[in-house]
Amino acid sequence: MFNFYGLYILFAREVWRFLKVSIQTILTPVITVLLYLLIFSSVISRSREMLPGVDYLTFLVPGLMVMAMLQNAFANSSSSLFQARMNGNVIFILLAPISDFEFYLAFVGAAVVRGLLVGLGVWLAAGYFVWVPLRHPLSALLLIFFCCGSLGALGLVSAIIADKWDHISAFQNFVIVPFSFLSGVFFSIADLPSFWRQASHFNPFFFLVDGFRYTCLGVSEVSLSQSLGVAAGFFILSSVWALGLLNRGYNLRS
Amino acid sequence: MKAVEIEKLSKEYGLLQALAEVSLTIAEGSFFALLGPNGAGKSTLINILAGLTRSTSGRAAVLGFDVRRQWRQARRRLGVVPQELAYDPFFTVREMLTLQSGYFGLGRENRGWLKELTGALDLEDKIDTSMNHLSGGMKRRVLIAQALVHRPPVVILDEPTAGVDVALRRQLWDFIRGLNGKGHTIILTTHYLEEAESMCETISILNHGRLIVSAPKSELLSRYSWRQLRLQLLPGSSLQLPAGLMAKKQDAPEGELLLRLHREQDQIGGVLAALEQAGVRFSDLRIHEPGLTEVYTELTEVGPDV
Repeated sequence: MFNFYGLYILFAREVWRFLKVSIQTILTPVITVLLYLLIFSSVISRSREMLPGVDYLTFLVPGLMVMAMLQNAFANSSSSLFQARMNGNVIFILLAPISDFEFYLAFVGAAVVRGLLVGLGVWLAAGYFVWVPLRHPLSALLLIFFCCGSLGALGLVSAIIADKWDHISAFQNFVIVPFSFLSGVFFSIADLPSFWRQASHFNPFFFLVDGFRYTCLGVSEVSLSQSLGVAAGFFILSSVWALGLLNRGYNLRS
Repeated sequence: MKAVEIEKLSKEYGLLQALAEVSLTIAEGSFFALLGPNGAGKSTLINILAGLTRSTSGRAAVLGFDVRRQWRQARRRLGVVPQELAYDPFFTVREMLTLQSGYFGLGRENRGWLKELTGALDLEDKIDTSMNHLSGGMKRRVLIAQALVHRPPVVILDEPTAGVDVALRRQLWDFIRGLNGKGHTIILTTHYLEEAESMCETISILNHGRLIVSAPKSELLSRYSWRQLRLQLLPGSSLQLPAGLMAKKQDAPEGELLLRLHREQDQIGGVLAALEQAGVRFSDLRIHEPGLTEVYTELTEVGPDV
């Protein structure tokens, strides 16, 4: 029998937790992204056409939104679960009649909510400089869900595998950040040398950025269906990994 | 119905055998002590019941519900007070208890019980204080309250009084005894043997992952067959003991005589008469009946590590 109420409360707990420290979890990432926006848009000519009919600033905003969303979705589940493990209070969840799947849904759900709020914050704040439309809101939501869901699941994976905070930040700084910087947030991968252009097609973040850019602007480098397909695949793989670890009780139930 | 049924439960960590085929039943409504030196397997046993550890083989059930196959039902019936003072630094006492009760699927309808619980544990003044700002004793009470949010019929307390001052300890014991009085089964681990002796009806002792004994307290105490006779000698008393008693003499301070006597074979009257005859004169005598500490020491062959 599915514990709906327990799942809802655990999800609410996760959302409540990041809202209690919202300066750190919402405001700071929005400001950071605005700084990127200011710096890159003043260094690179605004009028430069990145995609047909799209100037640099308009090109930049959707990519920055995705970058902020995925980094924050990851940060939410990884720091929450890892802190609970280090403090020992994770046992209060483990003692409760909450299944692995409910556990996963609650943490990933909260990661999606945090990603969504940060993305929304970036969008609204960036609107002061440039108003980026949202041409395909349903596809955008689906893509955001896959994006934040995947990173939320990977956050769980790293929080389960890690033995110290160092491991979490290593994952963040050596995997999440490089992959998001190299995903065509700041540049069009069409401008890259051919090797790196090919390599980008193995970076799932590229498809998240490019697909989301399409849902905003209606133009992109690869088709939306391809981006959605990769995003869905990435989400499924991350989820299977996280659920597998939870099911084995790895580092949680000895 | 048994509160807890354990059958041939084993747990191996690599080469280490933490539990070796432990079989045990705990009657519903009983006050049960699980004793043993550090590393004996007490926490492993508790964690298997609570679902925090998975057994290598064997079976464990809480009120008839298998902890692996029927884990949801088993967990709803079990409350565990962990040994470590774990707490969630983001939330206040009230928020923690509301969340914990929610994990068990209980919402507003449970508020009355939470209020009763915080009252009984003297937590009302601190109800809106962040867990970060509570003293150790307060955190301990919150842990107990958290374990009881879903009114579990079976309650496990893993060293609830470790590092707790005398006043709080007494208060906690009164509270726990009250729970037992209302029908909750209490399973307790402690290193304070006097506490176990005074509170628990049934006592189990684990050592090196094996169950050494599980018996009613009175039966366990009567198994230990020795008692001590201590005499305060008068000046000028003879120190020559009759041959039969020489072997029973134990080291004692100057001016005292200490004898280790068999409960049934050495009757005090006979011993005293023999001493009298041998010219041993004393002003006072004390008999020390064995307690749980002696039984425990004999069974585990090492002193309790209190």
